[in-house]
Amino acid sequence: MTTPSPASASTPRTRAPHVAHSPLLLVHDSWVEAIRHLRAMPRSPELLVYAAVQPLMFVILFVYVFGGAIVVPGYDDYRQFLIPGIFAQTVVFNSAFTGVGLAEDLTKGLVDRLRSLPIHQASVLIGRTLSDAVRNVLTFVVMIGVALLVGFRFEGTLPGALAATGLLLAFSYAFSWIQAWVGLSVKTVEAANSGGFIWMFPLTFVSSAFVDPASMPGWLQPVAENNPFTTLTNAARALYNGRDAGSDPWIALAWAVGITVVFAVIASRKFAATSRR
Amino acid sequence: MTAVVAEGLRKRFGSTEALRGVDLEVPRSTVLGLLGPNGAGKTTAVRILTTLLEPDGGRAEIDGIDVLADPREARSRIGLTGQYAAVDERLTGFENLEHVGRLFHLGRREARTRATELLERFDLTDAGGRVSGGYSGGMRRRLDIAMSLVGDPSVLFLDEPTTGLDPRSRIAVWETIDELTRSGTTTLLTTQYLDEADRLADQIVVIDHGLVIARGTPADLKAQVGGEQVIVTLADAAELDAAAGALAPHACGEPIADGATRSLRVPVETVVGAVPGFVRALDAAGVPVVDVTTHQVTLDDVFFALTGRPVEPDPGDGPPTGPDTEDSSR
Repeated sequence: MTTPSPASASTPRTRAPHVAHSPLLLVHDSWVEAIRHLRAMPRSPELLVYAAVQPLMFVILFVYVFGGAIVVPGYDDYRQFLIPGIFAQTVVFNSAFTGVGLAEDLTKGLVDRLRSLPIHQASVLIGRTLSDAVRNVLTFVVMIGVALLVGFRFEGTLPGALAATGLLLAFSYAFSWIQAWVGLSVKTVEAANSGGFIWMFPLTFVSSAFVDPASMPGWLQPVAENNPFTTLTNAARALYNGRDAGSDPWIALAWAVGITVVFAVIASRKFAATSRR
Repeated sequence: MTAVVAEGLRKRFGSTEALRGVDLEVPRSTVLGLLGPNGAGKTTAVRILTTLLEPDGGRAEIDGIDVLADPREARSRIGLTGQYAAVDERLTGFENLEHVGRLFHLGRREARTRATELLERFDLTDAGGRVSGGYSGGMRRRLDIAMSLVGDPSVLFLDEPTTGLDPRSRIAVWETIDELTRSGTTTLLTTQYLDEADRLADQIVVIDHGLVIARGTPADLKAQVGGEQVIVTLADAAELDAAAGALAPHACGEPIADGATRSLRVPVETVVGAVPGFVRALDAAGVPVVDVTTHQVTLDDVFFALTGRPVEPDPGDGPPTGPDTEDSSR
């Protein structure tokens, strides 16, 4: 211990007007929080590897194991049908990182510390979801490489492909807010992990991501057809393959915006009322 | 000036009343020790004062700022070190401090300067560039306390700062707190360790089951339970009355006899120089003595006296046994 700094003398120093309520500070605080996670990201590259390994496995399983047995209408090459579905599943699965990370901050008492600072409370969740979006972009780059390796070809226009990618990332961002709410609602990191994943399996499989819903039993078809994940997949698939996507991209975008708004509100409320125990 | 004021704090969790009307006051540049067993309501009180929890009733002020009406202004004046070292284990010590500085809206350069200063002050300069996940418990706790000082708080809250630390780290944390106190920081400290409160606090508030059961300086509280004692152990329990009679002139209160241990606890003004007189008096009365020991009251005694749980039979035995110990030898 060295001599304490004079700044910590007994008289409270005059405070800078840094506690003012301003939207600019929300941007600043969110950015500082995002930086915290982005700095940490390259220190655990294994997280990025795991994020890429799972979709890789799905690609191999579905292209080489099931692929020969699956026939889909309108696509001669199953890969052209499947890969956009895997893209969609991957980005949505990646949203689970948000919930797990938040649960970790919560159990370690970091959330308490952050909540006791004079910051915009919303910035903790915004910073977290934004940094996870960056991770998602990185995973996506890896996925595109894998897709090209197994023989997938972007047959649509560049704007179409960019629109499809943007839509997938927007959907993933929306799901990050669902996961944020899950992460804040559970008691442990493990629960955030399973609670974040378990419902995403039926969501992504009972959809048009891997097979044509028309091949499913009659009672399951309406579920698959009305699944927003089906709309997302159909939109991305059409755009990547240069086909007519109809209104699907807009409907999928509306889902993404709607989910983001609703879950941003309830997750933020949860955050404000959350304590370590 | 009073740095922290709390009046009538109440908080209920389901059917548990965590706080049942707690008043606190911490004068500037002093340390208040909030003492109590697990579940007494200490953490709940700290959470309310640090804006993390809304009370069901009562009010609280930091520097005259109402924490409920203006939580953000209150937050700019406090530092919180919770029960679990809240550091981001993925970041280095330096980055953790810099991060908090940025969240206090210090400029980038100022945040870095502050981080460097605090690392130096907490003997973490060498470790500052390493990822904090690899720190020892004591280092992590020091970093944690340093992080709560980034915003130059006028009040520091330390919630069980040494729980889970090994004895050496514990003493290091005590020295840190001593240093902060000397430099004029106002501190509210919670602890279940009586020696910790005794060592660090100017004023102590004892709470149990959500109620304040005693308050005062460590010396006041010790005086409340009757000061110091000489404990005489006899060869034969039948002689206890005779011994009490023989020692009456030396006692400043009613002696307490315990047949099971054949011992007599005699309250005295001071134990200094008392033993020879005791031995002589017992010898003169012909009471065979096995042992004469002295007992200086510790906060352990105070706490057990207040909560109705017994004093440890062996003074200096350290922290108590579990809350379920129901030995009514006193």
